[in-house]
Amino acid sequence: MATIATTAPRSMPQGSTFVIARRGILKFLRTPQLVVLGTLQGALFLLIFRYVFGGAMNAGSVSYVDFLVPGFVTTIILFAGQGAAAGVAEDMEQGFVDRVRSLPIPRRSFLAGRALADSAMLVWSLVITVAIGFAVGFRLHGQAIDGLIALALIVVFGFAFEWVFIALGLVAGNAQAAQGLAFMVFPLTFASSAYVPVESMPGWLQAFAEHQPITYMVDAVRALTLGSRADAVLGHPAWYFVSRSLVWSAAIVAVFAPLAVARFRRG
Amino acid sequence: MDRTIEATGVTKRFGKTAALDGLDLVAERGQVTAVLGPNGAGKTTFVRGVATLLRMDGGTLLVGGHDVRREPDAVRAMIGLAGQFAAVEPAMTGRENLEMVARLFGQARRPAKANSAAVLERMGLTEAADRLVRTYSGGMRRKLDLGASLVGSPRLLLLDEPTTGLDPRSRIELWDAIRALVERGTDVLLTTQYLDEADHLANRIVIIDHGRAVAAGTPAELKQRAGKSVIEVHVRDRGDLPRVAAILARLDHGTPQVEESTRRVSVAVEAGAGSLREAFQALDAAGAEVDDLSLRPPTLDEVFLALTGVPLDAAGDDGASPATAGTPANAPPAA
Repeated sequence: MATIATTAPRSMPQGSTFVIARRGILKFLRTPQLVVLGTLQGALFLLIFRYVFGGAMNAGSVSYVDFLVPGFVTTIILFAGQGAAAGVAEDMEQGFVDRVRSLPIPRRSFLAGRALADSAMLVWSLVITVAIGFAVGFRLHGQAIDGLIALALIVVFGFAFEWVFIALGLVAGNAQAAQGLAFMVFPLTFASSAYVPVESMPGWLQAFAEHQPITYMVDAVRALTLGSRADAVLGHPAWYFVSRSLVWSAAIVAVFAPLAVARFRRG
Repeated sequence: MDRTIEATGVTKRFGKTAALDGLDLVAERGQVTAVLGPNGAGKTTFVRGVATLLRMDGGTLLVGGHDVRREPDAVRAMIGLAGQFAAVEPAMTGRENLEMVARLFGQARRPAKANSAAVLERMGLTEAADRLVRTYSGGMRRKLDLGASLVGSPRLLLLDEPTTGLDPRSRIELWDAIRALVERGTDVLLTTQYLDEADHLANRIVIIDHGRAVAAGTPAELKQRAGKSVIEVHVRDRGDLPRVAAILARLDHGTPQVEESTRRVSVAVEAGAGSLREAFQALDAAGAEVDDLSLRPPTLDEVFLALTGVPLDAAGDDGASPATAGTPANAPPAA
């Protein structure tokens, strides 16, 4: 008859974060609907923008595909985030959060683990979408290293928005409500510089679109892919957008991470 | 430290409703304590309080001598929780699920593996261990969930309605698993709506309603006060109800309950099968037409009524309709 080995001393907090992150990634990899449908959907939208709307778009001195792909790739963080909100809500609904909160591990481990797993899945989506972007004609006008920095920035933005979606998921409490709340990604994506130049919008919408975080994030990524043309096309050099987008990211984390943690503690 | 749980005057409000309204409860070391009560009695709120998931508003709640509010980590280190849902991950195998919880409990990789294998064996899940949980039946998921609450070798196991929603066979399998644990010396606090479940598993039953303990004792004590078993008679003709009630009243010291709508008379008896024979003969001699005559354990409603004098639905201050509760046998029959 098997016996229970003695309980070892408590592991490091990072340990529990990784254990929870691993669960999130396994869940993603082993749910074909998530992997295949999610990827397919992203690819389809990129093709629609590129080939259906693309002909009617005027992005000024830069070709539309070079304008679109950086914007499209950046907004993936919001669409991935919808899934993150639903995932957290599902963990609440199905009792996994209760189990974790009844264990002798730090409160932040669950949230940090989710954020880590979701960031890993974001990288997967990014790589696929960038590959499709190149396949449909997108080219880097600057150096390759700037392109990599742009990708890394998107991961940072994704991590920042992850806290918004975790907080939404915790507040919603069930997956369907979370999906509903995450609907707010639409004004953020479409009323931004992601798919069309902000100058083409009516004045009242421009005022919002120009100053919201997604526009700064998209333009930071776009500027890095445009190389020396960035200043001429976007009106400012890359560092202008990069610094502002990072300030926005920090602000989002500063507001939403404590909110999420407080909500999680309360249960 | 012979008390696993000691709750004194515990209160918890959600908005205007008091989920716990001065609950006193003691669970002794080495025992299985069942918290028995209807929906909304405060059972889950209490378990969540013990599990450090909910902060109580007032009173004191000690688990293993530790105050839940002041030393939550000490409490977390000694409990295992299995909630109302099977909180296992469908996209992982049974083994992966248990190893994950063991790791979260702070175990190193190798003991986590060994403990998980041992728990799988005990739950009878070794064969299914490497299958994804999404292929498991509801009963297997519950067993795995129970296993997950065990893999950290907790001193106190908290089971919140462990068999709700299970088919009868899975229910009995889960009971066996829980009983096996108890034999190994784990203390258990379980909540249930079913008297037979509490009776099968617990050394001590605390009946709660509207956030307070209304009765406590061993299953035998409670049943002694409520009658060991119940004889139930379905009559064919509604007009026979008073006559049948009068016959049953003579059997034992219990007062028969008449339910007009279902043409049913029931009475608590001490002697079990002997009383059933007597009832059969008496009914036969009186020539009453009977559709069905049975001997069964008392329901929660009947125990509740016997112990508190108030039917379940009408208990407390909100005066809900007592429509489904029995009416005394001597009430005038409705036309």
